[in-house]
Amino acid sequence: MANLVEIHDLSIEAKTDAGRTLSILRDVSITIAEGEIVALIGESGSGKTTAALALMGYTREGCRIVGGSVSVAGRDMARLSEPERARLRGATVAYVPQSAAAAFNPSSTIMDQVIEVTRIHGSMPPDAARKKAVELFRALSLPQPDTIGQRYPHQVSGGQLQRLAAAMALIGDPKLVIFDEPTTALDVTTQIEVLRAFKRVMRQGGIAGVYVSHDLAVVAQIADRIVVLKGGAVQEVGSTERILSAPAHPYTKELLAAFEPAPRAASSPSGKPEVLLEVAGLMAGYGPIQADGLPFMRAVKDVSLNVVKGRNLGIIGESGCGKSTLARAIAGILPPVGGHIIFNGRELARQAKERTRDQLRELQIVFQSADAALNPTMSIGDILARPLSFYHHLKGSARQARVDQLLDMVRLPRAVRYRRAGELSGGQKQRVNFARALAAEPRLILCDEVTSALDTVVGAAILDLMKELQREFGLSYVFISHDLSVVESICDEIVVMLKGEKVDHLATADLMGDARHPYSRLLFASVPKLSPTWLDTLQIDPELLAAGAHG
Amino acid sequence: MTSIELAAPRRMRRWSFNTTGSVGFAIVLFWAVVAILAPVLIRYPVGQIVDTDYFGSGSSTLWMGSDYLGRDVFSRIVMGARYTVGISLVAVVFACGSGVVLGIVAAVAGGRLDSVLSRFLDAMNSIPSKLFGLMMVAAVGSSIPWLITTLAVIYMPGAFRFARSLAVNVNAMDFVTVARIRGEGVLYLVLREILPNITGPVLADTGLRFVFIVLLLSGLSFLGLGVQPPNADWGALVHENLQGLVFGAPAVVYPCLAIASLTVSVNLLIDNLPRKIRDRSA
Repeated sequence: MANLVEIHDLSIEAKTDAGRTLSILRDVSITIAEGEIVALIGESGSGKTTAALALMGYTREGCRIVGGSVSVAGRDMARLSEPERARLRGATVAYVPQSAAAAFNPSSTIMDQVIEVTRIHGSMPPDAARKKAVELFRALSLPQPDTIGQRYPHQVSGGQLQRLAAAMALIGDPKLVIFDEPTTALDVTTQIEVLRAFKRVMRQGGIAGVYVSHDLAVVAQIADRIVVLKGGAVQEVGSTERILSAPAHPYTKELLAAFEPAPRAASSPSGKPEVLLEVAGLMAGYGPIQADGLPFMRAVKDVSLNVVKGRNLGIIGESGCGKSTLARAIAGILPPVGGHIIFNGRELARQAKERTRDQLRELQIVFQSADAALNPTMSIGDILARPLSFYHHLKGSARQARVDQLLDMVRLPRAVRYRRAGELSGGQKQRVNFARALAAEPRLILCDEVTSALDTVVGAAILDLMKELQREFGLSYVFISHDLSVVESICDEIVVMLKGEKVDHLATADLMGDARHPYSRLLFASVPKLSPTWLDTLQIDPELLAAGAHG
Repeated sequence: MTSIELAAPRRMRRWSFNTTGSVGFAIVLFWAVVAILAPVLIRYPVGQIVDTDYFGSGSSTLWMGSDYLGRDVFSRIVMGARYTVGISLVAVVFACGSGVVLGIVAAVAGGRLDSVLSRFLDAMNSIPSKLFGLMMVAAVGSSIPWLITTLAVIYMPGAFRFARSLAVNVNAMDFVTVARIRGEGVLYLVLREILPNITGPVLADTGLRFVFIVLLLSGLSFLGLGVQPPNADWGALVHENLQGLVFGAPAVVYPCLAIASLTVSVNLLIDNLPRKIRDRSA
């Protein structure tokens, strides 16, 4: 057989609770040559992970392969018995999961887990396996490769853990490695190191790979070919350069367009700018209060910023930089320990329960996880109706009419009001979240990573909606995100945060030119570009990297 | 366009109920009906001696034989169902009702109220249940209202702990935070935001606690501290006919079977509570 992997007309079905059959994959055909890296790209629910898992002959619970063949190194994974598949897994096909943190057992050392595959397959003696693991650690440019294996998973960082998961996959000398969104949960500056390490090891070993991702820019750095999936069917297949430069399928074009949202046109403030929110010297944190009157863990240190009416402020930084804590402190969820918050000319109380109902109404917050922010036992209609009766004392048919209006505003069909949150898609849930904030008729909305959990195309649609609502109602947003391109597209000004401090304050119009702080430069340079050569040509000062978030 | 959307199906509601659950439900229902209709179903008054022999075996007049005094075992079990099912049910409603509400309030309010409630009820929990029952009977005597109170007090701290631990998790969810910074009061948070999200586990816990109460009530009655003669609940029936074991008398076997069937079927029921199916776009 010519190719390492030949998937022919693979169809996978699932059964719902009610016994209805759903088609997950329809007649998918993919081939992968020896040493080639193929990316599966598509939005959530497109079947990309299902297709990747099928390469190991595995289907998630409730799913089954109903047609086609999955041949890996000449063996049809779909037809092998379970013990035969188990012999191939780890030895011929290996898997790197999205969340390495969840994939490691916290109670045994990293080395024991990395060499477990060789123990199960009996492929090499433990001492040889350990030696090989150390070589892999070195190849993946992990720090202290000789001793890192003795640590426990919680003692290394997220990016290191992801590389250790790759070492675990590579130790059995597989012919094919499946990467399931391995860098999605990482910060951009960490992502670069991980991608580089992956790319180098795969090239050196001549190992074929399947890279599952929704991020076209990341895929562009590592893949030779790209397979675009949507609704369980292959939409387009082509070399990375071809897909990026000349996409043929409309969906691929949409993906590419969503990747680079149009930068925000500089808004012309009419008349004298009116300051809506002023934060001065804000301090907030967690843990017991120390002798100096500050909490043990200071997450936000002496941050000051202004939001002008009708304009948007972006707050950007990596996980752990305190940007979400800042939002929670402004909203009164986590009472700040120092500083002032002046909203609309009046100082706000530290705790939400001490603020007046009007103050609460005018300052709304929208959270990242739409799942967690909507009560799963309430209908969408009830969720939207509550702020209406709570703030505006609307009742009966007036309230019903207003709920309909709100659903229209966020472009959801009115029938959604009878549904529950669990029955909506991620993008729809985020729209409901916005509708609930709008129901209060606020002046300022704090948006905490509102598009981070969404697919690129869906996230871009949410951003468009936000801009439209802003034009219509004169809202202001404080937009918190780790994703620069998102912030760039909606904000007039950007604040860069690092380790709880504000390190830079820039106008969106000229980011790279303005950036003074080295960390801002590092952050902006780390955002992947669509060009396939971006990663290889990227020059980042190692000292800069060391000075960054990697403490 | 709008009219089509409005005409869309409002809600798909179907329930799935498996066989094991149905069997459990049928037996629980059977005992409930027996308890309600007991005065009609009995063949002799519970205190009346109807057989010259004691520990008699079953016959056409005495279906389940006679007890240690020659009374009709069938009639005594049927009347006993009233006490066993009735007392346990009232006690479990009090115990879980108060425990769950206090538990959620403690989770929502947090701070000092939470600490005080939790520590006090933990202390209550540390008293052995039978010993506490003995103490209560010694202090106020054995009457049905006090029996219910005792059982409810014994099982309330457990229900509190259980509900609080569930509510603490829900309380940390973003939708509760949203409601809180909207300015909602404690009552709204407890009843609308948290309680509906923990009803499943809370119901299962209530069922389990019902079984514990049946067993504790039977235990107390076995010690002679529960329902007083000539009436008897099932535990008392087992106790008073214990000597019948050597004769292989049905008088001691049937009350045991009654207790077993009720507790086992309640467990079957709560492990297989009907599930509501909500299928997207079905």
